Amino acid sequence: MDTIKSQQVTFKVFRFNEETDYLPYYNTYTLDVTHEEVVLDILNRIKWDHDGSLSYRRSCRHGICGVCSIKANGKGILACKTRLFDLVETFGNEIILEPLSTKRAIKDLIIDKKDFWDKHAQVKPYLVSEIEEHPALEHLVSPHDAEKLLEADYCIQCGACHYSCPALAINEEFIGPAAFAAAYRFSADVRDDASIERLHVVNEEAQGVWDCVKCMECAEVCPKEVNPIEKITKLHNMVFEAGIAKNNVATRHAVGFAHSIQKHGLLDEGELVRYSEGNFGVMKHIPEAIAMFKNGKIVMPWNMPKSKNLDEIKKLIKSSSTVKF
Amino acid sequence: MEKLKYALYTGCTARESTPELLKSTMAIADKLGIELVLLDEASCCGASHLQDYDDFLSLVLNARNICYAEKLGLTMVTICNTCQLNTAMTKHRLDTNPELKAKVNAKLAEVGLEYKGTSEVTHFLYALIQDYGLEKLAARVQVPLSQFNIAPFYGCHNIRPSELQNLSNGGENPYTPTSLDDLIIACGGVNVDYEEKNKCCGFHAELQSPRTAAILTGNAIAGAMDANADWMVTPCPLCHLKLDVQNHGASKALGRDVHLPVLHMPQMVGLALGCTPTELGLNHHVTKVDFV
Repeated sequence: MDTIKSQQVTFKVFRFNEETDYLPYYNTYTLDVTHEEVVLDILNRIKWDHDGSLSYRRSCRHGICGVCSIKANGKGILACKTRLFDLVETFGNEIILEPLSTKRAIKDLIIDKKDFWDKHAQVKPYLVSEIEEHPALEHLVSPHDAEKLLEADYCIQCGACHYSCPALAINEEFIGPAAFAAAYRFSADVRDDASIERLHVVNEEAQGVWDCVKCMECAEVCPKEVNPIEKITKLHNMVFEAGIAKNNVATRHAVGFAHSIQKHGLLDEGELVRYSEGNFGVMKHIPEAIAMFKNGKIVMPWNMPKSKNLDEIKKLIKSSSTVKF
Repeated sequence: MEKLKYALYTGCTARESTPELLKSTMAIADKLGIELVLLDEASCCGASHLQDYDDFLSLVLNARNICYAEKLGLTMVTICNTCQLNTAMTKHRLDTNPELKAKVNAKLAEVGLEYKGTSEVTHFLYALIQDYGLEKLAARVQVPLSQFNIAPFYGCHNIRPSELQNLSNGGENPYTPTSLDDLIIACGGVNVDYEEKNKCCGFHAELQSPRTAAILTGNAIAGAMDANADWMVTPCPLCHLKLDVQNHGASKALGRDVHLPVLHMPQMVGLALGCTPTELGLNHHVTKVDFV
């Protein structure tokens, strides 16, 4: 048997009671931690041995129910799945335990996840299908069709990505990575009939996929390797494939790259902004364009650099394009 | 040590809106005796937007770019985080999916190219640290940056997702990245720690979600200012465009004046190696570099 290794770790734990506290505060505990312990073990030890009033959510203890998600030193984790020694290796031996969203704290590490569930509800996270009342056969899904769901089915709604998404932290309308992954999961299901309806929801400005900042935080934080941004990209693709992409700044911004590459190989930055914004919308960029021009940051159309062997690129765009706008 | 030689994928910005990035990259490569062969055949990587429209086309174009580095038998270095992400992601998808690789190669064959998967793809920052070495770099410093508090701004697409990026970035942890801090120290500077150093600058949502983008930019500059930084440094020209050019919008969105000079990673190294401001293109900045 392996010998048990241990080390001293200081925990700063977020404390707040919505009913009695005006401001949150932190309690500090220094504990000997063994290499076998996960964060949930520490929360239990603090509650059982030091302060029975500490509140947090826990249930399955097997990384499948998704309720024990919190943040450690700003990183979203499942308390039951994250080894202390791994956290110490990353962050050193002062570990700060906080709720997923300090703004939404109700009691200590427990938050009100209403916003999270509301976003889920927005994308109808269930199969929509007309079925006979007494079907004679089950609806078989071939392995090939099942693979289309990718890892979207692994999501346990822990909220780690939702509360790590910087776009969502600023823009409350944004549907966010978890609900987008759910939208993809059901829209990619061959048994589902509401795909177009969902795509319309994720295609809306402000709330939809176009407002993703592409920071990759969701892919990084997900404890179940759902890779939400990959599903967000898929939703973008599905919007174009379904022919429901609106003609707006966001869609033109994506399509504009193909136009520019076709013409120059490289991106014509100025033309991309003009094409995306339109001749009127582009006016608001004039002050920064002047500042850039003064400092030699704007290439004039007649000086636009081109890739060598541009004919290859043109040929490939012609033969490899799979979508029309 | 054998002379280091790489195929340089400049990306689009280094040839247009951030000419100072290409200038300073070439200047420090020259000083350090690193040979960079320009991949003039390369196209735009699609900047994480083309794949939203046409994923397959994005794969074909990025694979074509890598082909030219393979032809030279060289590792491809990038000087833009988003180029790095798109190129590395393409490489990873093709290297792990023979069926997809065959499909892409069927298209590339039309122009007489074949993607083999023989060239590595790495950002110049990591090539400097891993191949050239920080100790060796520190030994070449002529003008230590010791009077400056320098705030590193890592840029998302060099550090996340770590599963992909760790193939080329030496195992950098996206929650506690160290490469740029280490480079600042090697240049004799004082590295500043602040919460936003590994966060998003908002660049990719700039047109469709300007408020979100402006607040993210503002938060980054404000974080560096509040940590008492004299200036910022970044390995990504897209972050640079946001931080250097867009700080008026950011100030407006934040309700406080935020501006700091922002240097490209090779400009910082160049200053320490004794390059002149002109060699480093410091005159191209919108937020003036007033300390040189």
